[in-house]
Amino acid sequence: MTDAYGVVSRPVRLDYTFTAGKALSRFLTIIEGGKIIGQRCPKCAKVYVPARGSCPTCGVATAEAVEVKDRGIVTTFCIVNIPFPGMAVKPPFAAASVLLDGADIAIFHLLQEVPVENVRMGLRVEAVWKPASEMEMSMESIAYFKPTGEPDAPYDSYKDLL
Amino acid sequence: MSNRVAVIGVGQTKYASKRPDVSIAGLLREAAQRALDDAGLTYADIDAVVIGKAPDMFEGVMMPELYLADALGANGKPIMRVHTAGSVGGSTAIVASHLVEAGIHERVLTVAFEKQSESDAMWALTVRPPFQPSTVGGAGGYFAPYIRAYMRRSGAPADTGMRTVVKDRLNALKNPYAHLHQPDITLEQVAASPMLWDPIRYAETCPSSDGACAMVLASESAAAKAPGKPAWVHGTAMRSEPTMFAGRDQVNPQAGQDCARDVYKAAGITNPRKEIDCAEIYVPFSWFEAMWMENLGIAPLGEGWKMVQEGATGMDGDFPVNMSGGVLSSNPIGASGMIRYAEAAMQVRGTAGEHQLDGVRKAMGHAYGGGSQFFSMWIVGSEKP
Repeated sequence: MTDAYGVVSRPVRLDYTFTAGKALSRFLTIIEGGKIIGQRCPKCAKVYVPARGSCPTCGVATAEAVEVKDRGIVTTFCIVNIPFPGMAVKPPFAAASVLLDGADIAIFHLLQEVPVENVRMGLRVEAVWKPASEMEMSMESIAYFKPTGEPDAPYDSYKDLL
Repeated sequence: MSNRVAVIGVGQTKYASKRPDVSIAGLLREAAQRALDDAGLTYADIDAVVIGKAPDMFEGVMMPELYLADALGANGKPIMRVHTAGSVGGSTAIVASHLVEAGIHERVLTVAFEKQSESDAMWALTVRPPFQPSTVGGAGGYFAPYIRAYMRRSGAPADTGMRTVVKDRLNALKNPYAHLHQPDITLEQVAASPMLWDPIRYAETCPSSDGACAMVLASESAAAKAPGKPAWVHGTAMRSEPTMFAGRDQVNPQAGQDCARDVYKAAGITNPRKEIDCAEIYVPFSWFEAMWMENLGIAPLGEGWKMVQEGATGMDGDFPVNMSGGVLSSNPIGASGMIRYAEAAMQVRGTAGEHQLDGVRKAMGHAYGGGSQFFSMWIVGSEKP
């Protein structure tokens, strides 16, 4: 039926060049070496990871580099049950907001090595890094996060940091 | 302050998963022609055209406003495109209304659309910047964690979202333009549908629709010559917030709270739940009805779910929401915000047909977009402001 109206499929492919800027370049260079670096706002003292070179709340430049831990708290999450293009792992899997120790904003990443039914808010997790040969200037140098086995974080400690 | 503005024409297409019988231009023209007919006008009477849609990457048509100028009778006239992600249908109507309010134009045609059957929204939304991993896929995966956080924060019963879906889809049965018509929908059926992005079930997500919505906005003198009853714009507001900042609350975004406060102030409203008769709110995933009731200050903080559970947002409730069936029943993304605004206008004009409520004097249209970054709202009334 649709042929009667001349519907044709025309694929589009897009390749981008990404200019990271000073702050993000530093973050990406350092993450390739297995460390995570943020920046502290000189005004509100919040630590941003990844840092973009300015504080979105105060509107001021951020310069002070702060190393944060590669472990933290699952502040919230979803369980992905459907496949989508470019997916790194097979569903079902959990994708979570992870508040790294020392940071004031959560990053979003994959959780593995835990059955999805055991994923919960407050779960303590740590980064599993890719092998040295696969490290790159990307958040994907972290393969995924897995539980640390520590006791869950109390709700009040992360409830405002989704 | 400024000049009065009225909606004097509304046009919609029948929302459907596929409209292979029309091009994008043909789809827009269908809605635009219906709005012009409703206003008793022709393209020649229009001073300017303002259009809106979601990102170009969806349909892969760069700057569609350029090629759509002919189809919308805009050759030689001002035409512009508004772009605020999913809230764009609302912002587009607001920009059009401001052109009249500022006294620049007498009659402005505004149209918003999406042709999702020609689009790949999942692909367009799954970009891979180096500073974040590709994890979730699409809007459902993005919003699911915030719905989970709302559930935890409010302690709302687990069936709250399902109740919103059943209510909206039953409302949609009274709207001939709605995409989904599911006469047999039940709570049990929704509960049994698969979890896509846990805690969001398949049945709790909006459909993927083709469609366009159009309105003619007019000055007070132009409205006086219109054949139908006008809907008067009492207030408009838009707000935004950054995608990421420490302490950002995506369950109850600051920009949404501020936008609501602005629009109530503009419309002279002090008690929105009492003074607004009904609302068309952007609810693409079921739980957002409860969440937005709190964000808009209609329900006290932590109690939006009670309005859903008590039936307050139903057709016979004290604050009916989404009489048309809402985004949960039709989602041509770029048009979805404008549909909310148009349906609010239809309610105060008394032209909503089978889903018309009695005696609506003030109605609200609401849209949000991006990662809850953009908000746009308007309040329309049956009487001049």
